[in-house]
Amino acid sequence: MHYSGFKVIKEALTGHKGWKPAWRDPEPQDRYDIVIIGGGGHGLATAYYLAKEFGKARIAVLEKGWIGGGNVGRNTTIIRSNYLLDGNEPFYEFSMKLWEGLEQDFNFNAMVSQRGVLNLCHTDAQRDAYRRRANAMRLNGVDSELLDAEGVRKMVPFLNFDSARFPIKGGLLQPRGGTVRHDAVAWGYARGADMRGVDIIQNCEVTGFRIENGKVTGVETSRGFIGAGKVGCAVAGSSGRVMAMAGINRLPIESHVLQAFVTEGLKPVIPGVITYGAGHFYVSQSDKGGLVFGGDIDGYNSYAQRGNLPVVEDVCEGGMSLMPMIGRARLLRMWGGIMDMSMDGSPIIDRTDTDGLYFNGGWCYGGFKATPASGWCFAHLLATDTPHDTAKAYRFDRFRKGLMIDEKGMGAQPNLH
Amino acid sequence: MIINHPLLGPRDSQEFTYLGDASLIDRPDWQAEDAVDRFYDYLYERENPAGEHRELWFHEQGDRSWLVVTRNTLTHEITNVELARDVARARGRGK
Repeated sequence: MHYSGFKVIKEALTGHKGWKPAWRDPEPQDRYDIVIIGGGGHGLATAYYLAKEFGKARIAVLEKGWIGGGNVGRNTTIIRSNYLLDGNEPFYEFSMKLWEGLEQDFNFNAMVSQRGVLNLCHTDAQRDAYRRRANAMRLNGVDSELLDAEGVRKMVPFLNFDSARFPIKGGLLQPRGGTVRHDAVAWGYARGADMRGVDIIQNCEVTGFRIENGKVTGVETSRGFIGAGKVGCAVAGSSGRVMAMAGINRLPIESHVLQAFVTEGLKPVIPGVITYGAGHFYVSQSDKGGLVFGGDIDGYNSYAQRGNLPVVEDVCEGGMSLMPMIGRARLLRMWGGIMDMSMDGSPIIDRTDTDGLYFNGGWCYGGFKATPASGWCFAHLLATDTPHDTAKAYRFDRFRKGLMIDEKGMGAQPNLH
Repeated sequence: MIINHPLLGPRDSQEFTYLGDASLIDRPDWQAEDAVDRFYDYLYERENPAGEHRELWFHEQGDRSWLVVTRNTLTHEITNVELARDVARARGRGK
């Protein structure tokens, strides 16, 4: 069923009796050519592009819960491509271009809203670093603007500009950055994949791998054995647990908890995404009016999907320091998601040593903005056995070879990325 | 989280900074034949267990001692706290 304005009007006039479920609920078949583990944004996007762009058939997505119930529904919905390093920037810009055409492509309203992402700077050194990054972005053909303090004041006059401790000296603006409705991304990809014959199997937990002579032949699941020619693993924070079932017990990844927060709905006050440069705090306003904000990960290994109070305090202090006007807003909800923090803060899209087993993970806390490109590049790898041009650097062996993509320059210390 | 410091008693985890897996105590021998592989493993590979995890915490805003904390990563429950120097000595490190 094609969604359109005409269809909405027609259904409105006929009592909304013609709508059908957006995707099927199929029983798992005995065997698929390609099985994707993980029905989150990345897994669903992978299946979608495998079917649509690479002409593959007999694909299944296995999800232990319900699709969109993991990190694709737990993030702060920001999209941007303001990276510094060559290994990253072309990939994230590829993702941004896919975001820009996504709604037409999968015929679903994902509310892609390019309201701009503004990174504030508070010292001369920080401004120099942003200038360098802005130039690196432009070298990769990405829009970037360096604003001075007046420019920032014109755009967002409500900030705490003259704080004695952290005065705002300017900012790096990516006008094409913005936000997307995250649930709709999962639903749009699921519907698009389903329309092209992909089986999306929910409530189906992978409990083991069947590996014969170094080649994967299928997965054991809570709904029985499912044979597979190739298996792609895109399970974010559970990467370690799932890969351990395939006998890969050590990865360059630690799982950490990241918290996010939403206030009650307010009238429109914040035009785009704003990030604080002197503490870790970033904020945007959802279309419902809630202020959506977050900060650092809690900093210790966790699979608990909930964090602790010190980070709540730290994030809120950052918010109060940057925009005191939000002090009276009441916090409505807060939650935690499990991030697969890699050793250099950059992701991995690569083959494993087991024939037919492919891995997509290590997204740290930047996985959402990468969803379309991650899906496309993982599909490319699964379909052709060669990495996509923009994802060539995301290999397992980059640590061994000294080719880290360390945007923050923190070294092998996952809780600092 | 409250960390029950062996010398100072219960302390708020906010006073500590976190390093990671306690296996970081076992620094490889740089003169070993396979030092490159061992250092790769030591620096970059982690078991990352869901469940009991032994990890290094540093009492930065306290007595600046290193602790080995045994904590469940699924529940955040802490079941054991040792001085890292005791752990290291038990493994034959230092004096």
